[in-house]
Amino acid sequence: MPEEASLRPDLLPRLGAFARLLHDAGLEAGPRRLTDATRALVHIDMKREVDFRSALRTVFVSRKEDIPTFEAAFDIFWAPPDPRITAGVIPVRSRALPMSPERAKAWSSVLGLNASQMNREQNPREVPTSSSGYSAEELLRHKDFDEMTWLETEQVRRLLEQAAWRVAERRTRRMRPARAGRIDLRRSARHAIRSSGELMKLFRRRPSMRRRPLVLICDVSGSMERYSRLLMIFAYAVARREDLEAFVFSTRLTRITRLLRQRDVDKVLDSVTKGVHDFSGGTRIGTALGDFNRKWARRVLGHGAVVIIVSDGWDRGDPAQLAAELDHLHRSSHRLIWLNPLIGSEGYEPLTRGMAAALPYCDDFLAAHNVQALDDLGRLLAGLGRRPAYK
Amino acid sequence: MNTASPATIDDVEARLRERRYIGDRALATSIYLALKLEKPLFIEGEAGVGKTEAAKVMADVLGARLIRLQCYEGIDLAHAVYEWNYPRQLLHIRLLNESEDRRLAEREIFSPEFLLRRPLLDAIDNTDETPPVLLIDEIDRSDEEFEAFLLELLSDFQVSIPEIGTIKAKKPPFVVITSNRTREVHDALKRRCLYHWIDYPDLEKEVEIVRARAPEAADGLAREVAALVQGLRGMDLYKVPGVAETLDWARSLAALGARSIDTSLVDATLGAALKYQEDLEKVREKVPALVEQAKRA
Repeated sequence: MPEEASLRPDLLPRLGAFARLLHDAGLEAGPRRLTDATRALVHIDMKREVDFRSALRTVFVSRKEDIPTFEAAFDIFWAPPDPRITAGVIPVRSRALPMSPERAKAWSSVLGLNASQMNREQNPREVPTSSSGYSAEELLRHKDFDEMTWLETEQVRRLLEQAAWRVAERRTRRMRPARAGRIDLRRSARHAIRSSGELMKLFRRRPSMRRRPLVLICDVSGSMERYSRLLMIFAYAVARREDLEAFVFSTRLTRITRLLRQRDVDKVLDSVTKGVHDFSGGTRIGTALGDFNRKWARRVLGHGAVVIIVSDGWDRGDPAQLAAELDHLHRSSHRLIWLNPLIGSEGYEPLTRGMAAALPYCDDFLAAHNVQALDDLGRLLAGLGRRPAYK
Repeated sequence: MNTASPATIDDVEARLRERRYIGDRALATSIYLALKLEKPLFIEGEAGVGKTEAAKVMADVLGARLIRLQCYEGIDLAHAVYEWNYPRQLLHIRLLNESEDRRLAEREIFSPEFLLRRPLLDAIDNTDETPPVLLIDEIDRSDEEFEAFLLELLSDFQVSIPEIGTIKAKKPPFVVITSNRTREVHDALKRRCLYHWIDYPDLEKEVEIVRARAPEAADGLAREVAALVQGLRGMDLYKVPGVAETLDWARSLAALGARSIDTSLVDATLGAALKYQEDLEKVREKVPALVEQAKRA
């Protein structure tokens, strides 16, 4: 191989700044990648923009979802500033980067743009800080979510976070040594060799266990508004300790798994509300589930996943479509659980068209209107079988 | 054909094309850089867009041996790296005379002769002129334990076998990892690799691919089938057909002696492209419209 040429010295600081921009836009652009980028560019004909772009992409991006952010950052950072934009003659580039307003402001002054070109977030809403209060826990456990004060929801959050249940385990195909179980020929033979080929002792092994992944698909349409906040708190609490994939929908489906990973629950609620544009709009459950089945099911329903749908079943869509999508979902998950906060109200019967269409495909149909109900759900999840479900 | 390490991106592109692999320039760039920087290449994309094929063609381009490790849930070191051939060892020990030195015998049975070499050991302990291409296929099917092990392997390309010692690669293999994204692979592993996402090709490129890889299909037919599949990809389906399906479909139609598509032919061979009952039903109603649209493309 020919000796490696070195990078043009003036490019290095620019490249470092670009890595910082990517970092601020949420990509992982640490020193290792920066080093790779400098090494890669040596091999590239820098006059060809496509190659330059591809080289940086292949180094800095490692997720399909990050590609649009990368492209936008590349355009903003490396494209020569168009004088017509600065003069306000033509509109600014429509693509924007996901970053905090402060960062966006800092970057736009560095790059000579105005802030609206840089980010898509509005100013964060003021989030009131939590304070503690006292209420009898037992009372709280049975209080309906839609009657709760803000303070009480805070206490519920603590209750949910302390809940003792864990999702049941399933057998994996990885084997572990064990006292009982199938004979482990490999270990037994290995031991026999040490004792001159005499099979003195039989070792055994059995499948190792792993918790089932949970998938939560939560209705946040208008009719569910009273419950949305608490259900998000529930999702947040579960995401702390379980392998959880979470989605919300009213007319469209949005994945919120990554949003739930933030440390502060209020920030989570805030970013979920912001990230989900149609919070509290109308509902089309069938369309949302169809979206899930086509875009996400293959990615998140492996390894014996348990699917939980939370909705009151008020559906403006086509019941036949809802039934077809649920049928598909039911067949591709280990267990399909429907939580309906309305079950808690007296005299409720699943008479909405949506609910009636859904019932035949759900393995369980449970309440979700108070802490007690969510605890019951926890017990059900803890008791799920180890074997695959045969449907 | 020239099998020296490619000198430019254009060179990679040309050689892929020579071997009838129609990729885009960005893929050629990633491959070229992976070779130059000696880093693993992580290729993601939907099923059937040609990820595995890319690795196979790479091996051919480099004139290297292709070593393939197919991942699955629960894959462990005994299946991926090495295992002692216990039955043979036991037999050997039993056949030894009582009087023979036991320690000598033990050294004997833990020699390379009794080692079952699995793909990863094979790739590391190679004496090839050109280092082999190691394809770790569908890593998303394996589990986190295996990923953690791979991470270690890819950082220093060495394997320790307690009875023999540490084996280090003289020439590290060119590693290609593929994933269908049935789950998210850990960032730490991806960080060690260059990344490329293979998208579905556009119409012109797909026509080119069909012509290159299913030459038995007449030119007109190739274009029509590619256009049909492009039409299907725009529909709301559970399982969108990949390029592999396009090729299957073109080959099926060619086998039926078709030179051009019509409604009844498409209806009869729809199973080559669609693998879900619900999708088949949904598309069946729309076949005449799709055929007409494809003929105009």
